[in-house]
Amino acid sequence: MLRLFAAFLLICSLMAPALAQEAAPNPRAETGGAQTLEDIMRRQSAQQVDETFRSSVTGDPDAAAPTTAPLGTRGGQSDPDLWRALRYDTADVRTQTRGPAAKTLIQDGGMWWLRFREGPLLTYGAALLGITLVLLALFYLIRGRIRIDGEKTGRTITRFTSVERFGHWLLASSFLILGVTGLISLFGRKVLIPAFGHDAFSTVAIATKWIHNNISWAFMLALVIIFVFWIVHNLPDKTDLKWLAQGGGIFGGGHPPAKKFNAGQKLIFWSTIVLGTSISVSGIALLFPFEFNLFGATFSTLNDWGVPGWVGQDALPHPLAPQEEMQYSQLWHAIASFVLLSIILAHIYIGSVGMEGAFDAMGSGEVEEQWAREHHSLWVDEVKNAEKNQSRET
Amino acid sequence: MKAFLCAMIALVVIAFGANQILLNSGFSAQDTTASPSNVRLHD
Repeated sequence: MLRLFAAFLLICSLMAPALAQEAAPNPRAETGGAQTLEDIMRRQSAQQVDETFRSSVTGDPDAAAPTTAPLGTRGGQSDPDLWRALRYDTADVRTQTRGPAAKTLIQDGGMWWLRFREGPLLTYGAALLGITLVLLALFYLIRGRIRIDGEKTGRTITRFTSVERFGHWLLASSFLILGVTGLISLFGRKVLIPAFGHDAFSTVAIATKWIHNNISWAFMLALVIIFVFWIVHNLPDKTDLKWLAQGGGIFGGGHPPAKKFNAGQKLIFWSTIVLGTSISVSGIALLFPFEFNLFGATFSTLNDWGVPGWVGQDALPHPLAPQEEMQYSQLWHAIASFVLLSIILAHIYIGSVGMEGAFDAMGSGEVEEQWAREHHSLWVDEVKNAEKNQSRET
Repeated sequence: MKAFLCAMIALVVIAFGANQILLNSGFSAQDTTASPSNVRLHD
């Protein structure tokens, strides 16, 4: 019996450290409940940190001693309590300013946006445009100018009417001006101010902002014009598969048959429509601050569908502070614009120096018949048949 | 290049026209972040 009791004591003494570990003290005891070094390290390495240890510490006015009592406090919230409540958007804020975002005095997400805007957005955006230009230069060196293979006929076919060309040039010129002024705004603080100084950039920034904001309407109008005029010709069909399978005949030689627009042109058309619309919508949200909350509603819908889970991501943030709506709009506006700019650079190349005879389509609207037969043979057949039918009728 | 020149003219007209419409619409982006009318700045 005595042995059993001794064994029991031995087991208990061995378990003591384990029990002591289980009843481990509060990890924030050393900091008095404030954040620890581990919290800071986790935040710096972009890991999730449970903020409830401080987001919930916002004072308790009900538990405060009456102000009339001896040693009574002036309410149950200290200054740190109030600032925590402001940071986690639980404070009862009343301001003179009546703007939609006036009540959000501290918005942590703004730092993430600022770092991304000043870092990866500029770096990868500039890299995308630079790489596109280098690839186009290499392509020109390797492939050279794509010439008209056959004998020129001297006859021309009307490819685009004056209204179509008007819509195209309105879209092209407005987009290029918007691209340049947008890049000046985006790279201003990090690149242009250090290079030219605040005074010089201030004048440029005021001018580019006016131009960017007001020319955007011409871009949107032109987008509608080209959509209405060219949607019929840009619906995908089986000739596109053949054209894509042959790579448009760019490297292998030959000219795969194509209608008025080949598959490559259709890709550019739909990129312009989809990205242009997206840029326009996000641009309107930026032009009228806090009026259109696009991202909160989108994120909520995507979360309901479980889309983030499909790629192993946590749910997207929702609801968003008014400032976050603007920050996401700005990022989306810039990213979509970079992608469309790089696509349009390739389009400008192939429509000018890259291919003989291509510019005439938008220059005069009349293209060499041999060029048309080589690049849009099915379209030429359609035009010729239509002409024959018309002459028969007359 | 008439189409191009017309597009340039339209671009300028639309830009100035849009600016006038926005100025007269009563909307001010500045007012979304400041409310000077709520503060008496002068006597």
